[in-house]
Amino acid sequence: MSGIVIVDSGSANLRSIFKAAEMVSLKPVISNDPDIIARARAIIFPGVGFFDHAVEALNKNNLADALLAVIAKNKPFLGICLGMQLLLTESEESKNEICSVKGLDAIQGKVKRFPDTLHVPHVGWNQVEPLQNHPLFDSLNRGTYFYFTHSYYVKPEIKDYNLALTDYGFPFTSAVISGNTFGVQFHPEKSGPAGLRLLSNFGKIIADQS
Amino acid sequence: MLAKRIIPCLDVRDGRVVKGTRFVDIRDAGDPVERASFYNSEGADELVFLDITASVEGRRAIVDVVRKTAEVVFIPLTVGGGIDSTDFMDELLQSGADKVSLNTAALKRPALISEGAQRFGNQCIVIAIDACRIKDKPDTEELRWEVYTHGGRTPTGRDAVEWAVEAEKLGAGEILLTSMDADGTQDGYDLDLLAAVTGAVKIPVIASGGAGTLKHMYEALTAGNAHAVLAASILHYGTFRIAEIKDYLSEKGLPVRPVEHQE
Repeated sequence: MSGIVIVDSGSANLRSIFKAAEMVSLKPVISNDPDIIARARAIIFPGVGFFDHAVEALNKNNLADALLAVIAKNKPFLGICLGMQLLLTESEESKNEICSVKGLDAIQGKVKRFPDTLHVPHVGWNQVEPLQNHPLFDSLNRGTYFYFTHSYYVKPEIKDYNLALTDYGFPFTSAVISGNTFGVQFHPEKSGPAGLRLLSNFGKIIADQS
Repeated sequence: MLAKRIIPCLDVRDGRVVKGTRFVDIRDAGDPVERASFYNSEGADELVFLDITASVEGRRAIVDVVRKTAEVVFIPLTVGGGIDSTDFMDELLQSGADKVSLNTAALKRPALISEGAQRFGNQCIVIAIDACRIKDKPDTEELRWEVYTHGGRTPTGRDAVEWAVEAEKLGAGEILLTSMDADGTQDGYDLDLLAAVTGAVKIPVIASGGAGTLKHMYEALTAGNAHAVLAASILHYGTFRIAEIKDYLSEKGLPVRPVEHQE
């Protein structure tokens, strides 16, 4: 399946997600060209690193508007880890610890740091509990383990954005949904067979849209 | 529940997997990409490549090993051994590694930890600590461990617990803690060392060195309070399969990721 663009925002390990997508018969291209992104059939938006650096990179390359255009057209969109967090309104993660940093605001809510009472970062395999029977989690049992590595989590303003929860001291949002825009906090490209299944499910969602 | 992780460690020299006992006496254990694929299908939660190549030319081989492994293995991959610059970290991460493990270079220049953490995120930076019990001490003194570098050959005079705390402050995301006394003996992890370090830091600690039985792993994850256990010999020579380890831990009440079948 072609027309899928993996967004290169400068920081992410793109090779792993590219290889994982290929493994499930998606034929993605990697690009940081706003025109290519805006015309994509579907977007995979990975990210590791810092929220504020990523926002700077998006603005510098004029990627924010291109991403928002894709989301506005309700094209299938999968944000991964920081790529999911960037969908939110704002984040506490910033060099300047006083003010928060603005995200894409496609999903209203905040990105917050895990409390220091927990082991932070949250690293390892944890269970994901989907809140609805959604095609993204087709054939994935409730409580399937996925690989996480993050210090911040998303807190959408309304519950309708929550697609799945994971327990780490408290239940936090591990997947979000708004139309065909999805975000997952875990790394499907590092989550073994379960992760490949989720990417394959995303492929089916793309096929159903076309 | 956050699962306890089982992490096979592949010591790589000049592009081949080897396993040493007490950091010497190297034995050949196979092709790294093949071994990585095998452990992936066995249900490993992560993989660690430790490059013990001495030569600079030989070190290029690890980049190639990482690249080839990341094409077929979709679980987290950590690479350590001789990493002394953020540019080399970048090269390894771009090749498909998810984390880099720093040891000697970080002790020489601790700022390398914060530089790596700032450029790639804390979650990418693992600090490997090779610790050895300080034995000739008065009976009244509490247990202490000294940090060694250069694959366990060079004593640094640094206290292992203090170094773990400093590494965390500088931005390390995990600690890979090897007991040099226990490594390769299969007599069990150094639980005192584990408990001392896990009690002093908030970041996850991976226990390494000494696994010989399933009970040893259980103890490291409970009494030692480790988040994960690293194992080499007992996996490489087929003493246990990962499914057996996970079944055992699960029966004992610890959360583990079930071994899935590859599609």
